[in-house]
Amino acid sequence: MTTETAADKTTATETKALRQTEGLLRNLGLVGVLVVLVIIGIVTRPELYGDATWVRTNVFTILQQASAIGVVTVGMTFVIIGGGIDLSVGAIIAIAGVWSTTVATQSYGAAGMIFTALVVGIVVGLINGILISYGRLVPFIATLAMMVAARGLAAQISGKQTQVSGNATINGIATTKILGIPLLVVILAVVVAAGWVLLNRTTFGRRTVAVGGNPEAARLAGINVRRHTVLLYALSGLCCGLAAIMLTSQATSAQAAMANLYELDAIAAAIIGGTLLSGGRGTIVGALFGVLVFSTITNLFAINNLSTEVQNMVKGAIIVAAVLVQQFRYRSLTQLLKR
Amino acid sequence: MTTANARPPTPAQPTSATPPPDAALPLDAAPALDQAPALDAAPALDQTPALDAAPAPDPTPPPDPIPPPDPAPPPIHDGHPADPVNPDPDPGPENRPVVLQLTDVVKTFPGVRALDGVQLEVRAGEVHCLLGQNGAGKSTLIKVLAGVHLADEGSISWLGEPFAPTSPQAAMRAGIATIYQELDLVDELSVAENAFLGHEPHLLGFNRRRLMAYETKKILTRLGHPEIAARRLVRTLPAAGKQVVSMARALSHDARLIVMDEPSAVLAHDEVANLFRIIRELTAQGIAVIYISHRLEEIREIGDRVTVLKDGRTTAANLPARGTPTRDLVSRMTGRTIEYVFPQRTAGRQEHDQPLLEVADLTREGEFADVSLNVHKGEIVGIAGLVGSGRSELLETIFGARRADSGTVTVRGRRVTSVGAAVKAGIGMAPEERKSQALLLDEPVYRNMTLASFAGFAHVGFTNTAGEKAAAGAVADQLELRPRDVARPVRTLSGGNQQKVVVGRWLLGGTRLLLLDEPTRGVDVGARAELYQVIHDLAAGGVGVLLVSSEVPEVLGLSDRVLVMREGRMVHEAPAAELDEATVLDLVMAGSLLEGEPA
Repeated sequence: MTTETAADKTTATETKALRQTEGLLRNLGLVGVLVVLVIIGIVTRPELYGDATWVRTNVFTILQQASAIGVVTVGMTFVIIGGGIDLSVGAIIAIAGVWSTTVATQSYGAAGMIFTALVVGIVVGLINGILISYGRLVPFIATLAMMVAARGLAAQISGKQTQVSGNATINGIATTKILGIPLLVVILAVVVAAGWVLLNRTTFGRRTVAVGGNPEAARLAGINVRRHTVLLYALSGLCCGLAAIMLTSQATSAQAAMANLYELDAIAAAIIGGTLLSGGRGTIVGALFGVLVFSTITNLFAINNLSTEVQNMVKGAIIVAAVLVQQFRYRSLTQLLKR
Repeated sequence: MTTANARPPTPAQPTSATPPPDAALPLDAAPALDQAPALDAAPALDQTPALDAAPAPDPTPPPDPIPPPDPAPPPIHDGHPADPVNPDPDPGPENRPVVLQLTDVVKTFPGVRALDGVQLEVRAGEVHCLLGQNGAGKSTLIKVLAGVHLADEGSISWLGEPFAPTSPQAAMRAGIATIYQELDLVDELSVAENAFLGHEPHLLGFNRRRLMAYETKKILTRLGHPEIAARRLVRTLPAAGKQVVSMARALSHDARLIVMDEPSAVLAHDEVANLFRIIRELTAQGIAVIYISHRLEEIREIGDRVTVLKDGRTTAANLPARGTPTRDLVSRMTGRTIEYVFPQRTAGRQEHDQPLLEVADLTREGEFADVSLNVHKGEIVGIAGLVGSGRSELLETIFGARRADSGTVTVRGRRVTSVGAAVKAGIGMAPEERKSQALLLDEPVYRNMTLASFAGFAHVGFTNTAGEKAAAGAVADQLELRPRDVARPVRTLSGGNQQKVVVGRWLLGGTRLLLLDEPTRGVDVGARAELYQVIHDLAAGGVGVLLVSSEVPEVLGLSDRVLVMREGRMVHEAPAAELDEATVLDLVMAGSLLEGEPA
């Protein structure tokens, strides 16, 4: 008996080490991809990378480009871990952006615009969640319908016109720096940190994993699965509202076609960050790295003046490669643990 | 169950032809059951009834080259069933050639010896019934015949040749068709497409739909159901019709042996009569049928001979289906087994004015009706019943996971109608399907244990992982969880330890009433005894327990009071001490013992 417990202890520490290694490996893999991308940049444009100021500016450019989609990806990661999918994020951004930049809304000032964008995002998310939870629609279908409908409404509200933001505070968000760091990047950092805490340190996060990992078990443990599902889509909507303001600020305008195909980028980033599409497992940090990989690729192609077509092909290949690698690693690790 | 083929034979454990009833008792170190086989629940087994005890079939070497009577398609009886009342003008079953012979077949799974020396002899054109309790090995035996599992030891001969199918397709090709209880049909395909699924007649890759429809029509006519259209979607057929399609599929493969696993379970009474008519048609054509059912009266009506399994062994072979007294059949199925070693009950129910749980006239349409019961503090109440008797549905309804059509569930004076309310009122449930209904397999043990209570550990929404781990660790010690590491993913634990995690979840929540649905399913012998001890300890601590099990000895051995459920109704209630296994089994299987029987 005593020998057995001793043996247990050694395996316990072993498995713990293995599990930590798994988390590290996953993020290390993505960091590795980032490093490779930077090296490619250095090799192709050595003259640019020789200039320290340019490098600094370029890093912030990449992070700024990643900021809005990064915020959306955090919300998307929660939805996917919770066993769902949100195809309507781009459309929610569009309607939130358009609604918050109408002449009427702009008359309430910056606070009114921000409030409007966030509330519109939350409300559309709630509608998604209620349709899925209580209307029992498949998430794919419900959010697909919302993706079409919300863009339609955004076009209706804006009259298919680009709505210019005349609000200096809103427009200033994109140009403000805090301690030399762009405010948009700070917002992204805050959202990622909050998302990490929410997922890993709160009951909300625990419920999310339970609901996505095994909804029946969660239900039979007394968790209100339906209500939680609604909250997850509302959270995603909130992130979209925030992203709408960030994008409006960057462009000093909003229009019905803004944030086109953001849903695909956000899903892809979450997936290559190690989030399981079937739910129950995922990380915020991984999702952030996923976003950074994509925006770095975009940047790399931009500084080399290459076409977006090639860029999209590379993106596709990276998604497939990342998922393949993860599947392989996950299988071998579970086998090690099972031993 | 899932682990299929190709397990190397276990190191030689020579199964003698006639194994002593309980060969090796002291199996492994299950703690807390030092007291020897104390309980001896079954008075029936010890004095083995006198009828021919030979467990092995007579080893008459079948010299006949065994051609089944007529390989050519028999004449089609159009329309009128060929006089089902007198089945055969041909020589009695004993003179027909043996088609299938199993000798000392053994199949082991990790921790379980599912088949431990099975003998079976099936003759052409007979209905051979397999009888045995849940866990006796019937399902495993079927799967060995169907090519799902490969036998570890022993020999199987089929039509005089050694037979070891490595895949379901191989078994099908050899002429053995299996009709499982949950019919494996594709709802969205037509009758003909289902009948010929996997071997559609084709020409250059194009399905010959008309030929297929024609052949299907012929087979359906042969089965006496020409009215079923070959083009009809299987989805639109009633259960009985689907069963006919399953049989048509068997015939489309030219099956010479059809194994039917509880075919009557899904059928209404008059549909059963029709099923029997079809079976008689098949046997008249020389096809052998292995028929599994828990209903003795059916076996008497349709069966020719009976083989009884218990604990993976043949306890009686080739009994005449009609002539054998019920008492003898039941006694062959029952008896204390090494799997059930129950701890001595230390404390009984604690009397209180008010029961912990009161269920009044609970009804769910089509599942169960007018169920009333109560559970007191510290009492263990067991529900015995077959799969499909409505017991799991009843438990889930009590827990609030299903909505009752009428009736009430009251826990300590409060009505319970939802899972949330049930958990708040102090009810916990360990559901039937551990993996799909209870566990987050990739999450660590402690998070699974605190799944119902983590909010209680949390401070303003922030989880308290350290506190959870400590509490889970304490419960793990109490339940002797192995390995004791609470940070390990639940997936890596054995079935018994996974079940401990589920039970531990409710201990952490301070549960007063525990609902256990098949608590020892998929749990090996040693862990079973530990779980029994856990359940007793809980009751001794004042927790009320309501448990459901299809294993009668388990219900009897664990419970203070036993309720018997059959077809959605409570048919009997008595203290466990006043019941024996045979009585309960008989009540569960439609009360044939109480009716007239051949003496």
